[in-house]
Amino acid sequence: MLEVNNIEVVYMNVIRVLRGVSLMVADGQIVALLGANGGGKTTTLKAISGMLKTEEGEVTDGSIEFDGKRIDRFGPEHIAVLGISQAMEGRRVLAHLSVEENLLVGAYRRKDRQGVKQDLEMVFDYFPAVKRLRRRMSGYLSGGEQQMLVIGRALMARPKLMLLDEPSLGLAPLMVQEIIEIIKQINVDQEMAILLVEQNVRAALDIAHYGHVLENGRVVLSGPAEDLKDNEDVREFYMGLSKVGAQRSYREVKHYRRRKRWLG
Amino acid sequence: MTFFLQLIVTGVAQGMVYALIAIGFVIILKCSEVFNIAQGHFVLIGGYLGWTFLVLLGLPIWAALLAAIATAVIMGLLIERLMLRPMVGKPVLAVIMMTIALSTVLGGVATLLWGAEYKAYHGLLPTIIMKVGTISIPSESLIGLIVSVICVAILMFLFRYTKIGLAMRATAEDLQVVQSVGIKATTVYAVSWVIASVVGVIGGILLGGVSGANMDLANIGLKAFAVVLLGGVNSVGGAILAGIILGMLENVAAGYLDPILPGGGLAQVFPFFVMIIVLVFRPHGLFGLAHIERV
Repeated sequence: MLEVNNIEVVYMNVIRVLRGVSLMVADGQIVALLGANGGGKTTTLKAISGMLKTEEGEVTDGSIEFDGKRIDRFGPEHIAVLGISQAMEGRRVLAHLSVEENLLVGAYRRKDRQGVKQDLEMVFDYFPAVKRLRRRMSGYLSGGEQQMLVIGRALMARPKLMLLDEPSLGLAPLMVQEIIEIIKQINVDQEMAILLVEQNVRAALDIAHYGHVLENGRVVLSGPAEDLKDNEDVREFYMGLSKVGAQRSYREVKHYRRRKRWLG
Repeated sequence: MTFFLQLIVTGVAQGMVYALIAIGFVIILKCSEVFNIAQGHFVLIGGYLGWTFLVLLGLPIWAALLAAIATAVIMGLLIERLMLRPMVGKPVLAVIMMTIALSTVLGGVATLLWGAEYKAYHGLLPTIIMKVGTISIPSESLIGLIVSVICVAILMFLFRYTKIGLAMRATAEDLQVVQSVGIKATTVYAVSWVIASVVGVIGGILLGGVSGANMDLANIGLKAFAVVLLGGVNSVGGAILAGIILGMLENVAAGYLDPILPGGGLAQVFPFFVMIIVLVFRPHGLFGLAHIERV
């Protein structure tokens, strides 16, 4: 469904952020993008959604194909209509609009009024907390509620592919668990493909089918989620676990013992 | 007391017209963060358009209004397409500079077409004199009041209950989010410029109906700035109330202070004094949207 072929992204004509990233998302799949800060995860999402163009970024090499159509030259408005919807990082609610209005904005380009109404109910079913607040000004919602709202808004477009950028950012562990589970549920119920960027590696790999690790603008590791979960490097560097799976003691560990092999 | 009430009533009527003009300004500011310096020049064009359609072509008032609105729509679309669209994505300050250029262009067009002369069309608006108790309401004021109230009501409805209104309010919040759901920002900008141009032109006709059209009409734009700053730059409701306040202050000052002070003209300045004092204590204006900050 989505194919990213060896793309390079340059910001403001000088800053090269991605240097050859390739990945694929198949129908109904959850694919996780993992990696340290500044690795290029968000940039990859923005390249797909076309949002780069609003930030003076550009795909300078490679191609992005969605349903067999090349989309890397399209603007974000166009790509949204094709069926990709992005929930951006950092809970971008439209603060002075009500919760319901926020959701309706998500369905702006849809013509089927009946379907929009049903989907509104569907979103409220997934997020009962949001339903109670539907008339409230969304800027005053709590962090978790705002995150639910933003995912709900992306859902309202009834996309074929949803791009979620760090849905767990700044949320309490319990909340993270809840949101992650709902994402999985959406994926199963709606057969919706999801490309998920997460810092919470364990949570992401729990629900993903496939994962990619990005470092310095390159994919350094990819594989089925199960394999990644057992991968020693992933466990060590992104989950903070030692071989046995127990929490690592920082008193005993010698930091130089193990390095990320791909940095050399 | 009658004198005072009389001043208040005409002030409210005049203030509504200011409010109408200021709304055009607020809409552009909200949608694109651009301070439209040329808003006053829409009023100028409107004043002359009123003369053209009412006097030169002798149209009845409703036809003249419709013709002026149609012209304003075309003007708004052209301005957005030719001057603003190429500036999308450029720094806001550059776009504001563009609106300064626009104001000069519109002033030039007015001079070119109408020769910068004083064109009176006083008394061409229908005469309805209303008397409430001892206060008589002059017909220009009454028409100004009615037309502005209708326009403001239409705009409020547009924002609250229509899809394009939702898109405009959303764009005012977060441009990227709006683009990510497939709303074309350029459409929203075009609509906001059309609205600004239409309300400016209507305001111009209403003011022209009172004092005739001349180049000074462009300075009404300054009053629109004052209204906007007083009301809070991003609040439509604030613009309405501030417009009324400003209109009342201006009339009361004209009624009581001008006869005392030699030379007069304090009425023009007095509202700005009040604006400055209010801004010292409330920098967001009276009704500016507070920035929602969750802690």
